[in-house]
Amino acid sequence: MTNVVTPQTDYETVIGLEVHAQLLTRSKMFCGCATTFGAEPNTQVCPVCLGLPGVLPVINRGAVECAIRFGLAVNGRISAAGRFARKNYFYPDLPKGYQISQYEAPICEGGWLDIPVDGRSKRIRITRAHLEEDAGKNLHEMGEGASHVDLNRAGTPLLEIVSEPDLRSSDEAVAYLKALHELVVYLGICDGNMDEGSFRCDANVSIRPRGREAFGTRAELKNINSFRYVKRAIEYEVERQIERVERGERIVQETRLFDPQRGVSVSMRSKEDAHDYRYFPEPDLVPIAPPESWIAAVRAGLPELPEAKRARFIADYGIEPYDAAVLTGSRALADYFEAAIRQGAPAKAAANWIMSELLALLNAEGADIESCRVTPAGLAALFGLIDAGTISGKIAKTVFEEMYRTGADPAAIVAARGLVQMSDSAELTSVIDQVIADSPKELAQYRAGKDKLFGFFVGQVMKRTQGKANPAAVNDLLKARLQ
Amino acid sequence: MSGELWGLTIHEAHARLTTREIGARELLESVEARIAAVEGEVHAYLTLCRETARAQADEADRRFRSGEGITPLTGVPIALKDNLCTNGVKTTCASKILEHFVPPYDATVVARLRSAGAVFVGKANMDEFAMGSSTENSAFGGTSNPWDRARIPGGSSGGSAAAVAADECLAALGSDTGGSIRQPAACCGVVGLKPTYGRVSRYGLIAFASSLDQIGPLTKDVTDSALMLNAIAGHDPNDSTSADVPRPDFTADGADVRGLRVGVPKEYFIPGMDRSVEAAVKAAIAALEREGAIPVEVSLPHTEYAVAVYYLLATAEASSNLARYDGVRYGHRAKAPRDLFDLYARSRAEGFGPEVKRRIMLGTYALSSGYYDAYYAKAQRVRTLIKQDFDRAFERVDVIATPTAPTPAFRAGEKTQDPLQMYLSDIFTISVNLAGVPALSLPCGFSPEGLPIGLQVIGKPFDEATVLRAGLAYERVTAWTATKPHIG
Repeated sequence: MTNVVTPQTDYETVIGLEVHAQLLTRSKMFCGCATTFGAEPNTQVCPVCLGLPGVLPVINRGAVECAIRFGLAVNGRISAAGRFARKNYFYPDLPKGYQISQYEAPICEGGWLDIPVDGRSKRIRITRAHLEEDAGKNLHEMGEGASHVDLNRAGTPLLEIVSEPDLRSSDEAVAYLKALHELVVYLGICDGNMDEGSFRCDANVSIRPRGREAFGTRAELKNINSFRYVKRAIEYEVERQIERVERGERIVQETRLFDPQRGVSVSMRSKEDAHDYRYFPEPDLVPIAPPESWIAAVRAGLPELPEAKRARFIADYGIEPYDAAVLTGSRALADYFEAAIRQGAPAKAAANWIMSELLALLNAEGADIESCRVTPAGLAALFGLIDAGTISGKIAKTVFEEMYRTGADPAAIVAARGLVQMSDSAELTSVIDQVIADSPKELAQYRAGKDKLFGFFVGQVMKRTQGKANPAAVNDLLKARLQ
Repeated sequence: MSGELWGLTIHEAHARLTTREIGARELLESVEARIAAVEGEVHAYLTLCRETARAQADEADRRFRSGEGITPLTGVPIALKDNLCTNGVKTTCASKILEHFVPPYDATVVARLRSAGAVFVGKANMDEFAMGSSTENSAFGGTSNPWDRARIPGGSSGGSAAAVAADECLAALGSDTGGSIRQPAACCGVVGLKPTYGRVSRYGLIAFASSLDQIGPLTKDVTDSALMLNAIAGHDPNDSTSADVPRPDFTADGADVRGLRVGVPKEYFIPGMDRSVEAAVKAAIAALEREGAIPVEVSLPHTEYAVAVYYLLATAEASSNLARYDGVRYGHRAKAPRDLFDLYARSRAEGFGPEVKRRIMLGTYALSSGYYDAYYAKAQRVRTLIKQDFDRAFERVDVIATPTAPTPAFRAGEKTQDPLQMYLSDIFTISVNLAGVPALSLPCGFSPEGLPIGLQVIGKPFDEATVLRAGLAYERVTAWTATKPHIG
């Protein structure tokens, strides 16, 4: 092999992602046990998910419907004869000694997801999405040299979504992951909770000299469970591979585990040690053959998807693409925005207010829009008060803060706290005259040409009226008096 | 014939129970006495359920007194193969690895019999995990053939067949993956039925090979077989492979075989086969002809591949089905394991017997990367061809008649050193499981040594009714099922 020293920029990164989305079903994939997170160990189990001798799996129709929803949402094909298969390996958290998954005939094949890359849209192809059951959890924290197994999670339904190797950077990988996350939450098939493991990701990463078509040897990065770690894990891996190649070494196909504490990945096993999973069709289950009528009903029940919603917001409400992206970040937020508009709030002002004031308060306490005490009608009423000149925009922020805390009606807050705007010229003129009389030095400087001091006078007036003065009126009156 | 109650068939007992001529408790005690007399010689049972059986019998007597909840099986003492899960009663699969396993649930068939008011006498011996044709692979000792204690009762449902033959129960349930009901029924001179795949729920049957396993009855006559099938058949939401098809009354079809076309496959009558078997089966077909049936020669051309296909598919499925016995949650666990691998390796090495290990290894190999296409996938394609053989034959005939086994019961130890010879015991029964069709084995004569010979009647999918009709017609003109072994 010739050893050509090449600078780093001559490499192209190739990434494909495998995402496991835990489906939002009430019961497990193949039995009636609950899927609630965080229950006492081994309390959500039955003979079926414990893998007792003699038990048989029964397909959860709700999970199949989730998979169909996803497949339709990404324009994939729904298989007319999806099959389950057994993936055989031994591990204490795997009660049957095999995982029921799908192999040769997944429920969804093909499709795509468009993601934003540098202000443009890039299409990422989806290879397949298949149903499978989760494993339990091995617990090693209890000490005494013993490990324990919690099988509450065993049998929880997962949708594994596999992308084509179409991603070319860690940023694209994150953008894809975010778009996918947004989609599954929109579709109501996954709660998207990454801390609880409801949405987890493996990344296949390789590099190749720019311009070469053949893929390089890939490493599989396991279990990277936050957007931030995905970026860091991929960047670390790309650097590691480039360094190896530049040293003239080969990349070996292996599975690596990312350690977010240290920011590095370590090899778990090489291709030679890879399990032979001995997949074969699951003989205890019949093929999933969803009738056309069912697929049509699922299609009819699909919500408006984020991309379509963004386009509509821009066109219908005349808001900026960035604002549309923020407001469609969750279905609940988008619904809130549109409900406020239906209640009479002006679109652009409502968009700005939600993005600056409302999200700031929500983010400060880590709350989400569903738990917000300000109703869309309340927000619209607040704009009504501003519009009518009853309160100023500045006072509106004070009123809004109280609405956020108490959920009270804005008009009631304004009345109770006497926050009605002062627009009366005589009243304002008397305040202005007092301010001027109390500030001889500033008046002299202003008249000598220091225009910037105009703001000082405005501030003083506002201060003395506890902010209730109508700013436009104050401006006009002050200008006249200061001449 | 003795006039003892233990000698009754289900329908005979039912007639006397409903008239209150006898009581269920009385019937059970008679069977208990019979067990006490012969079980030492036969060893048909792994577990006897004395206490619970008495409670069930008393409950049956209450039903007869009140006249409510009476079914043809109420108060009938029944043996269950020890691979059928019984709530609160040890279920071992005749394996050390499940020696102390007590299921917390009933198999669907067990629940159905329980609600019908049946009395569970005990759990019957078998080849470990139903792998074998002689019951010699039981980890807890073999079962003797009631007709000749030096011979095997067949397998894997050997305990069930021997218990029925020796009158240690009125009827039994077995399971059949490649002939495990029919071959022991033939060896022990009783009636054994493997229903259509999907006719009976497998929920709670400890799996050997999921795509082939089917539960069925072993009984003293054909009428009892129909009564048992009535009780256990039908769709079960817990078994996705159980068929949602109507369940007829299997006792309602009578015994008229006039015009019935009986296929005789030339591949099942081969040079070198046991002469007494060939003669008995041909005589049985002639007897059916005298009753108005029409023999038709048919061909099942892929028969010669059946054993090979079976030992790839069944072992492949078994290698996966038996993975759960890992010493982690239940069953045998090796003492003081060094690490996880050691726990797995030693628990399984200590817990499984040699035949089970052999099949796990065969099946693991057949599914391995690089061999899958050559073995598992190809075997699946040939399985389809075998199924098509039956489809074509059944375009021309209503049932197919063959021998159940190539020889009468062989001597204990005769084939234990030669697995291939043992596997060939199922040469006439395996195709039926691969095709998923129903088949009945019923007695059709005796060998010169006085050993029973079995006639196999194979039917169309879900047409057990016609199979039972042919069986009943034959039984009515012969006395084989009334002939009992000399024991006790």
